Amino acid sequence: MAQGESSTLRHFVAYVEDQPGVLNRVTSLFRRRCYNIVSLNVGRTHETGVSRMTFAVEADEDTARRIEANLYKLVNVLSVEDITGKPSLTRDLALIKVNVGPDKRSEVLQLCEVFRARAVDVDTDTLIVEITGDQSKIDKLVAVLTPFGIAEMVQSGTVAMTRGTRGDAANGAAQQPPSLRTIVAA
Amino acid sequence: MASPMKSMTEPRATPMATDTESRVETLTGSQIIWDTLVHQGVSVVFGYPGGAIMPAYDAMPGYPIRHVLVRHEQGAAHMADGYARASGGVGVCIATSGPGATNLVTGIANAMMDSIPMVCITGQVSSTVIGSDAFQEVDFTGVTLPITKHNILVTRTQDIMPAIRQAFYIASSGRPGPVVVDITKDAQQGSCEHRYDTSPIRLPGYRPEHHPVPAEIAEAAALIAAAKRPIIFCGHGIIEANATGLLLEFVQKTSFPVALTLLGLGGFPATHPLSLGMMGMHGEAWVNTAIQEADLIIAMGMRFDDRVTGNLKTYAQNAKKIHIELDPAEINKNVKVDLPLVGDVREILRMLLPQVAKRNCDVWNSHITELKGDSAVREIQSLPDNGSLFAAHVIHDLWRYTQGKALVVTDVGQHQMWEAQYYKHDHPRKLLTSGGAGTMGFALPAAMGARMACPDDEIWVVVGDGGFQMTACELATCAQEDIKVNIAIINNGFLGMVRQWQQFFYGGRYVATPIKSPDFVKLADAHGLKGLRVTKREEVKAAVEAARSFKETCIIDFRVEQEDSVYPMVPAGADLDKMIRRPVPVGAISELPSEEAPGEAQKDVPPHNPIFETGKDH
Repeated sequence: MAQGESSTLRHFVAYVEDQPGVLNRVTSLFRRRCYNIVSLNVGRTHETGVSRMTFAVEADEDTARRIEANLYKLVNVLSVEDITGKPSLTRDLALIKVNVGPDKRSEVLQLCEVFRARAVDVDTDTLIVEITGDQSKIDKLVAVLTPFGIAEMVQSGTVAMTRGTRGDAANGAAQQPPSLRTIVAA
Repeated sequence: MASPMKSMTEPRATPMATDTESRVETLTGSQIIWDTLVHQGVSVVFGYPGGAIMPAYDAMPGYPIRHVLVRHEQGAAHMADGYARASGGVGVCIATSGPGATNLVTGIANAMMDSIPMVCITGQVSSTVIGSDAFQEVDFTGVTLPITKHNILVTRTQDIMPAIRQAFYIASSGRPGPVVVDITKDAQQGSCEHRYDTSPIRLPGYRPEHHPVPAEIAEAAALIAAAKRPIIFCGHGIIEANATGLLLEFVQKTSFPVALTLLGLGGFPATHPLSLGMMGMHGEAWVNTAIQEADLIIAMGMRFDDRVTGNLKTYAQNAKKIHIELDPAEINKNVKVDLPLVGDVREILRMLLPQVAKRNCDVWNSHITELKGDSAVREIQSLPDNGSLFAAHVIHDLWRYTQGKALVVTDVGQHQMWEAQYYKHDHPRKLLTSGGAGTMGFALPAAMGARMACPDDEIWVVVGDGGFQMTACELATCAQEDIKVNIAIINNGFLGMVRQWQQFFYGGRYVATPIKSPDFVKLADAHGLKGLRVTKREEVKAAVEAARSFKETCIIDFRVEQEDSVYPMVPAGADLDKMIRRPVPVGAISELPSEEAPGEAQKDVPPHNPIFETGKDH
């Protein structure tokens, strides 16, 4: 799909049935329709049998609407919501292993404090830092840690959630996953 | 020829499905497959046995289902597709794992592109060896993921019945489409307690229905009232929704002219005075011109395919567009519309009709009639018989001699377009053709499937010499299963549509398009079927009548003009009204209006026009 000029980073939240192959169906749709996926996260929810996905996609308004419509056509997709522009939280999690011995350890820990990152593992020559936040915050921490030498890093996909009771209640478009328990029973 | 091979073993002493309503009994997975199919109303399946589906085949004779043994699984898929198109129900095909399943793929993709309800049951290797690259193992749910509406892998006996029920429901509801149920061999072999479940199917994520809100209907009514140059597009959705009657009512009230998509043909009567015929790449000049001049388009159950629109940037720029469509994902996909009405076209027409006032469109309709005057194409019908045979003549005569009532199944290519132009279909489900996918080889097997759905119809396969050879093996199936269809091969010795493109756009270099065919009359004879050859127009009538009189399938090899082209033609991606028109040599026929100045696209067209010349043989 050719991207219009007004392509922006958009976030979608989808509830899907927790079944084998569902992730494949979703990603196959994105591949097949040439939707430009930036980040994808899947995880369980408090409801058994229901997974929640967060996608970050580069798309214009019109493509976004068709992404939603096409996702709805997948039988295992329970609900889809485009939360772009709605008051919401987006978070990534990163683990960064820094090459740092006892001499500079406290210096790194001080930097971490500024970023509200935590040291989660300390070894003689390395330190693992955990940080959650949006992408720009993680990028900045990576930038300040780079001079110490980053051994490896890993980052989760973005997860997102609207603020308040239901971020979209004002639009009348609230789409709670439809009685999720019924799925489990089946 | 009555087939000596036809029926086989005595039915086994398996429980008849019809008396299992209330009893719980222990059945094998194989029996459950057939029992569930019988409960779904299936009376015929098209298939081919093999290792991983053998348990199911072994159980089949106990159930009142006719099995048509195809010669290639692609034929099975097209037969199920043809059955579905002709009947309005769900077609079923069955194949084994691995190559059996992958041979279905073309047919499944074809059904997907044209939104045809179809259930494909495939065998799969045992669940214990899935993933081990076992003999004839192919990840079929993986393969078919992008070409099915949904697919289901079943590894447990107790999941077979729910999976098949879901498959039928998903295939036939909302925007229809093919569904694959891939069942492992051990699931077929296992047993479990079974009673056919009649409770409603619960699929919480599947919401096939959409309903427009009254305000949108009112908005549409206002656009309709204000329109001066309106045009209705009748698409496949009109046929799928059985909305022909309501569309007629709408047209009677509004006097709006109707243009049709290829798959919409028959959705509105071709002989209705307000029917403009097919639009798009090979639509008549007046249709495409009218679209470009229109101030309102009401698109019903169609998806603005590129073969319909031509260049999107210049497409119908003056028109407000109302898009009545069941699938929300189609809205604004190709053409940006002013008012989408998402829902079933039948329901929407029902809501819309009372809000539309009776009106006329005389000025606009008489303008379109004037546009018709400058097209030479329709004059072909009255061209003198100069000794050569033209495809247009054949189709036109076929229409005449069948009183326009035949169920015609076309393949893909030039003959398909000529059929669409010259066979006037007045009723839905009487033209079956491969639209979106453009699958050569579709016609013969699809017609055989249609035969199962419509035992009393006169069925004509209109097919090119190229496409026919792709699935000609199904002639043997016709013979074995006593399936009667009439086959008109429009034989020009070329892959004609590709040849036409080579002539227009590739400097006349006929690369890999001349095609040698077997003697089709002898081929028919070799199968114990009938074969005739026609080389002159005067022979058409006798041949058509002879074919109808035979109880066997009959092939007529129509040796038509070799280098004829389909006109008019909008080159791919060109503006819709920039058509390549049929070149008319000056003085060829004096009463024809002289052609307007050639458009840009026409410059490259050589003045060669076999319609007016003696056919050259190559």
